[in-house]
Amino acid sequence: MRDSPRFAPASLAFPARHSSYFPFVFSALFLLTFVGSYRLAQVEPLLLFEAEGRHNIWKFVTGMFPPDVSWDFLSILGRPILETIQISVMGTVVAIALGFPLGLLATSSLTFKGVLNERELADSRLRAMVRRTSYLAARALLSLFRTIPEFVWAFMFVRAVGLGPFPGVLAIGIAYAGMLGKVYSEILEHVNPAPLEALQGTGASKPAIILYGLMPQALPNVVSYTLYRWECAVRASAILGFVGAGGIGQQLEISMRMFDFSQVLTLVAILFVMVAGVDALSARARRAILGRQRV
Amino acid sequence: MTDPMAHAARLAIPKERDLLAPSNLVIFAGFFALVAWSYVGTDFSLLGLLGGESAAQIWTYVKRLFPPELSRPFLMKTGYWTLETFAISFLGTILAVVIALALVFFSSRNLMFAGILFEMERDRPWHRAIRIGLYLGAKATLNLLRTVPHVVWALILVFAVGLGPFPGMLALGIHTGGVLGRLFGEVVENVEIQPIEALQATGATRLQILLYGVLPQVLPDFVAYTLYRWEVNVREAVILGYVGAGGLGQQIQIAISLFLEHRLLTLILAIYLIVTAVDYLSAYLRNRLV
Repeated sequence: MRDSPRFAPASLAFPARHSSYFPFVFSALFLLTFVGSYRLAQVEPLLLFEAEGRHNIWKFVTGMFPPDVSWDFLSILGRPILETIQISVMGTVVAIALGFPLGLLATSSLTFKGVLNERELADSRLRAMVRRTSYLAARALLSLFRTIPEFVWAFMFVRAVGLGPFPGVLAIGIAYAGMLGKVYSEILEHVNPAPLEALQGTGASKPAIILYGLMPQALPNVVSYTLYRWECAVRASAILGFVGAGGIGQQLEISMRMFDFSQVLTLVAILFVMVAGVDALSARARRAILGRQRV
Repeated sequence: MTDPMAHAARLAIPKERDLLAPSNLVIFAGFFALVAWSYVGTDFSLLGLLGGESAAQIWTYVKRLFPPELSRPFLMKTGYWTLETFAISFLGTILAVVIALALVFFSSRNLMFAGILFEMERDRPWHRAIRIGLYLGAKATLNLLRTVPHVVWALILVFAVGLGPFPGMLALGIHTGGVLGRLFGEVVENVEIQPIEALQATGATRLQILLYGVLPQVLPDFVAYTLYRWEVNVREAVILGYVGAGGLGQQIQIAISLFLEHRLLTLILAIYLIVTAVDYLSAYLRNRLV
């Protein structure tokens, strides 16, 4: 970014010079990475067409039909399905509870930059230092939370607190707190500062400024993104069952391990309906809460 | 989207939306009921988490993670697994782009049968039927690829071609192909119509319209979406390791199952590094290419 030609006056005379190498270097590196990855990933396309592979895929596909819709099987699915929804809801709630405060701390316009903090920090070096440190710490924590996949979090929480839906909730809560916190802070940093300045001019306290100046502007985007994350959480919590964190994934894993593909097809179909249902529900909630202008 | 009557009504009475309107109260009540139901259903324990039993258990586990194992051979191996995870995500994303590009133009109604490109074709119903059939087929294929979770794809492919990073890469590519196909499709269906109209007026063929009217408009968005999915795919590649698709995920599964917590911490640090590195790389490429 720094060396982009737009900001380097010298390159105006030779506008093509800097960028002319880029395509070549890029293509060479791309090819190199491709070949390296190809060898590293042990890619053997022919495996797919070998008799055994073909036979196995065929067995899989024919095994899926007809899907298992016997009452014996469906009746044990009720609870895992509900549990998946519950994990996603509770996980999102935990993510908001963790992510929102951290997101506030990780917003530079709230902690140390800009008009809100000028007067407070002008006379105190120490306070400015503390603010900046807490900002950096919140950012680091959020990045740690979201970089480690929720699947790995779930795995560790199962080890720490035992099997069941509870570790699933914690895993989604932690991983999604990282994503929510980051996006919240981006939304908050991009609000229009004029109303905040006006409020500050009237002598409003900082919580009041956040409540009446910041939140009304940021809320539509915050709600919309949170609902989107909830949709993702439903998908994620369906997978987390693979490591013993409750929900429909547990049944999916059992059916897979027993090579009962007709059950797998039923479960995937249920998953599809669930995700589509949650998508529709969250679209409705978005419309209802935010009014019709933002869909 | 919005019907004009409602719009006009809103203009006439610039009433503020009332947060405490009855309809909103119903939504809030429903929301709290949903949370309460989930709280009970997931055995969630706030007390246990804030200083109770669960907190103690988590703390014990965290303490067992330290210090990370930093012996030279293990670091070398971790480096190899990290590269393997990178390779899976890289090739998986490329495969996904190939799948998405192969299907996306068939799954866009404005390139297949609707809109100004086909206004003159009203009198050839058979052509139209074939085109609509192709459109529906491509759409259904993309939906299928996307709906089946990548873990299930991985299990199917491990079953077909055996353990290793290859099935992981295929699973990632197939699932992401469905996702990218949908994202690309939205871009194609929202292209500006004027350049296409202008090209058509000069007598350009369909292929020329695609090459000079559509592609230049959609390519930047295609690249941006692809890079974004690549970031996601690095994380997913870790998950796929769990079902035997190689890379860091497989080692994490081994480390957790065998209670090798010091190694686990090293592997987690490796995930952190590779995910952060790919995030930066993709941001850099986005700036350069788009």
